[in-house]
Amino acid sequence: MSVKLRVAVVTFPGSNCDHDCYRAFRLLDGVEPEFRWHREAELDGVDAVVLPGGFSYGDYLRAGSIARFSPIMESVVRFAREGGPVLGICNGFQILCEAGLLPGALLRNNGLRFRSHDVHIRVENPGTPFTSRYEPHQVLRVPIAHGEGNYHAAPEVLAELEGAGRIVFRYCTPDGTLSEAANPNGSAHHIAGIVNEAGNVLGMMPHPERAVEPVLGSSDGAPLFESLLDHLAAAAPHAGELTT
Amino acid sequence: MSLFHATVRVTPRPGLLDPEGKAIHHALESLGYDGVGEVRVGKAITLEVEAASRDEALARVDEMCRKLLANPVTEDYRIELSEEEGGTP
Amino acid sequence: MSPTKTDQDAATPEAAPRPRPGDPEITPEVVADHGLSPDEYERVLRILGRTPTFTELGIFSAMWSEHCGYKNSKPLLRLLPTEAPWVIQGPGENAGVIDVGDGHALAFKIESHNHPSAVEPYQGAATGVGGILRDIFTMGARPVAVLDSIRFGDLDSGRNRYLFAGVVSGIGDYGNCVGIPNIGGEVFFDRAYDGNPLVNAMALGIMKREELIKGEASGIGNTLMAVGARTGRDGIHGATFASEELSEDADESSRPQVQVGDPFTEKLLLEASLELIRSGHIVGIQDMGAAGLTSSASEMAGRAGSGVVLEMSKVPVREPGMTPYEILLSESQERMLVVALRGREDEVRRILEKWELEAEAVGEVTDDGHFRIEENGRVVANIPALPLTDGCPTYEREGVESDEIRGLREQNLSEVLEPRGDLSAAFLDLMGSPNLASRRWIYEQYDTTVRTSTVVRPGGDAGVIRLPHGKRGVAATTDCNGRYCWLDPREGAKAAVAEAARNLVCVGALPTAITNNLNFGNPLKPHIYFQMREAVLGMAEACSLFETPVTGGNVSLFNETDGKAIYPTPVIGMVGVLDDVERALGHGFRDEGDAIILLGENREEIGASEYLYRNHDLVAGAPPLVDLVAERRLQHGVLAMVQKGILLSAHDCAEGGLAAALAESALADPERPLGLRVELHDRIAPVALFFGETQGRIVVSCAPDDVDEVLGMARNHGVPARVLGAVRAAEQGFRLDAPLGSIRVDTAALSERYFNSIPAIMDTDGDLPDAAGASHE
Repeated sequence: MSVKLRVAVVTFPGSNCDHDCYRAFRLLDGVEPEFRWHREAELDGVDAVVLPGGFSYGDYLRAGSIARFSPIMESVVRFAREGGPVLGICNGFQILCEAGLLPGALLRNNGLRFRSHDVHIRVENPGTPFTSRYEPHQVLRVPIAHGEGNYHAAPEVLAELEGAGRIVFRYCTPDGTLSEAANPNGSAHHIAGIVNEAGNVLGMMPHPERAVEPVLGSSDGAPLFESLLDHLAAAAPHAGELTT
Repeated sequence: MSLFHATVRVTPRPGLLDPEGKAIHHALESLGYDGVGEVRVGKAITLEVEAASRDEALARVDEMCRKLLANPVTEDYRIELSEEEGGTP
Repeated sequence: MSPTKTDQDAATPEAAPRPRPGDPEITPEVVADHGLSPDEYERVLRILGRTPTFTELGIFSAMWSEHCGYKNSKPLLRLLPTEAPWVIQGPGENAGVIDVGDGHALAFKIESHNHPSAVEPYQGAATGVGGILRDIFTMGARPVAVLDSIRFGDLDSGRNRYLFAGVVSGIGDYGNCVGIPNIGGEVFFDRAYDGNPLVNAMALGIMKREELIKGEASGIGNTLMAVGARTGRDGIHGATFASEELSEDADESSRPQVQVGDPFTEKLLLEASLELIRSGHIVGIQDMGAAGLTSSASEMAGRAGSGVVLEMSKVPVREPGMTPYEILLSESQERMLVVALRGREDEVRRILEKWELEAEAVGEVTDDGHFRIEENGRVVANIPALPLTDGCPTYEREGVESDEIRGLREQNLSEVLEPRGDLSAAFLDLMGSPNLASRRWIYEQYDTTVRTSTVVRPGGDAGVIRLPHGKRGVAATTDCNGRYCWLDPREGAKAAVAEAARNLVCVGALPTAITNNLNFGNPLKPHIYFQMREAVLGMAEACSLFETPVTGGNVSLFNETDGKAIYPTPVIGMVGVLDDVERALGHGFRDEGDAIILLGENREEIGASEYLYRNHDLVAGAPPLVDLVAERRLQHGVLAMVQKGILLSAHDCAEGGLAAALAESALADPERPLGLRVELHDRIAPVALFFGETQGRIVVSCAPDDVDEVLGMARNHGVPARVLGAVRAAEQGFRLDAPLGSIRVDTAALSERYFNSIPAIMDTDGDLPDAAGASHE
């Protein structure tokens, strides 16, 4: 009997990267992604949760501020506190910050405009459940598409993130150098993605799910999803390996 | 119960970079408005709230601000409250 | 709900409506204010057999406006080819639909939002995108891409910068929020668009063939339901007439003149509509776009040959006290009219509720062929539907060419063929023109990669997206050079079609069909009507030869400011099909040593060029000649080469000529600009050779080993071809040599000029709305 890992992709009103995340998992073996409507109260035993990008509730008030009160978020918070892996991409990152699962906030880009193009990000911590397939300081090419991705946190929070290796990705030049010109939104410490203290909740502004096939311009995002499956399979050894 | 009109002013916390405020400041200068100090851009949210007393109305709006209307990481808020004349007792 | 039961009189189609208390009396002035000519009003009287009520007058005025009735363009539009075996739906529906293989159908259409964008660029452009997306998903197709074709006056004016910045962010914010990638388009700056920017938005949607649904009100007794946003007082008849006449409300000045877009509601409406269509609970659906509920309901009845009755008190409104006149003519955004099967209303409501939207039964389909409006059971309008939708009088006018323009076209340009100063300096300057410089500043504000299907992003010849499952893809482009069309509308329109087709073959797509956006001045002026007629004839000729039928589009007339018309701008939105998106080609050179080959011939042409506008402040001369037969051979040849996989890049020569095309290919990757060394042997004036905009040319590159095969295939297709030179490292510079002149520039300087010109103009204070508004020139 084949047991597949189950990954919930949450759809909020206004989510628009839910299908892209779903598809990124569909390209892999041993995992069954499933859409979950935001009004559902229970996660129903899934192995991981993805909060996709988009404009939940039109980004009205503040990006992510209304979605965090969706019924499903109580379960997501509980799941995260119990150590379940949660991945928030773009608007999903904003929702995680609003929900208090990650520290800080995402402000309007310092250039005031929406920015959509490929960026380079450097893997700062390959020791998370989402990055084990990357090398330390590996440079990835992935798209961004956001108007509010300027990561902000209090100095002591930034110090804690730095000290504990919780900064997972930083914006950089193609050769891995940190520079203001390579920081597309003014993020503090060039932050593109961070994890929570336990390491099981990742929020990132770039879109790894849009970089999973060479025909789309890059497949540098694929190892992120593969890393997560490795992690899940290791945690539940009977799952994942029996499938073809 | 009385009807109260509340205006919540949400502003970026002091010291937080406000690029929109900076851009507006720059534009005002280039239009010849000298002597303009720091410009900060926030938002005003108006609400109607039913409550038994002014204190209760204030407490409710304050809770709304903490929970949803402002982000404590980046924003401050101020509440202005006025009571509808001839409100039903 | 059965509005007809409340008043027995109303049940008969002949029931005459009674004027509402407070309605203005119908006087010749009121008729004229509604934009109806005395003859047209006579026709209204004949159709009704009586004087119309105020509400009815509003209905006729909207339906017989140019926008809905095409009264000045319909006879011309009949000249366009509209049929091909792959066309599933031609003109007349919300969007055209073609078969793109593997059981997939592509819905696509372009539409203008020129006037709203001139008033409020951000909302005008945003609602333009919203409207065109609704046209796509009301056909049952999921929108998969948008393109934008936008034009402004020169950017040295603060007002134009404000309009440009506002339009771009309006297009971006709306499409980004709904989650539809922008895959291309065009922007053009010329003083002819001062005060009258053009904002044309195109959208593409994909469905399975059997999912196609039409905007028809069929099935007697079925229920009409208003779905989505509530109806407010926005955009009622725009500025056609003084607002005092709308109602007795005193506070008229506070009424919104601008329609405000809500992309979040649009996204919900999109998902809900597609779910509704797949559910089988509805038989028809249409956007409440221009002329709102009036046009959607009457057109749905007209298409089905049925009638409808609508009860105004049931329409969900945003403000109290709205009159039937206002409800019927409101252009509030993000609303749809659906025809639900009788008895399935609750199922429809449940689907809408899931998406946090409203659905309200507002009327039903009747068999009497009448468009009947009731207010609390009282008939306030009762008009035969078919004469209303199809009986709009149409006009064929006399077209006469303007002597002034003919004079400019025939102007002798031999003097300007002498370069003013250094060719290299002229070239650097030209590449910084907003018409040639990199468009990165624009498309980096658009999400181009959402939906993970974008194979070729904006910035090249055409955008390419992958179809769901399998390897097939579709490509799309928009094209038109208004200067060519102004100087010679027939040749200019042909050039627009030819360029669109060239752009598609450059990415490896077979040109398949067209949607057009005919932007012109006042058709009542003979020289404008001449432009319209000539442009349509040129378009028809090219479309017939290329086998790219027109499946629909949009007409925008009266684009004039202070009596001065825009250039005639018949924008072509063309789509094409790729069998294998992995073969899709970009326009950028790849590596040092690759061979650069020119397909097509150089000619000594400089008329209507960007070079002339920039260096001599001149729009004159004959636009470049279009040889449609040679174009067809070129298209076939390039397509065969792309499909064979022997090309590394392909790029059309357009504005700025051969030199600009070479520079664009060398600078395609901003992170890795390349140099080149090219030698030309044509003994023609260097200004024309480098910057002339001769048609029918494509610059391709290939590995040195494949040169013979490329030249051989070109020969077999009857396409002139020759090796121009090779791609070099950036450090080796950008060098073009010809017998009578040469260009030598530093790649870094060229790159700086190309990428930074538009940001240097726009990333200043000028695009803050207040500042720019204040500097209105």
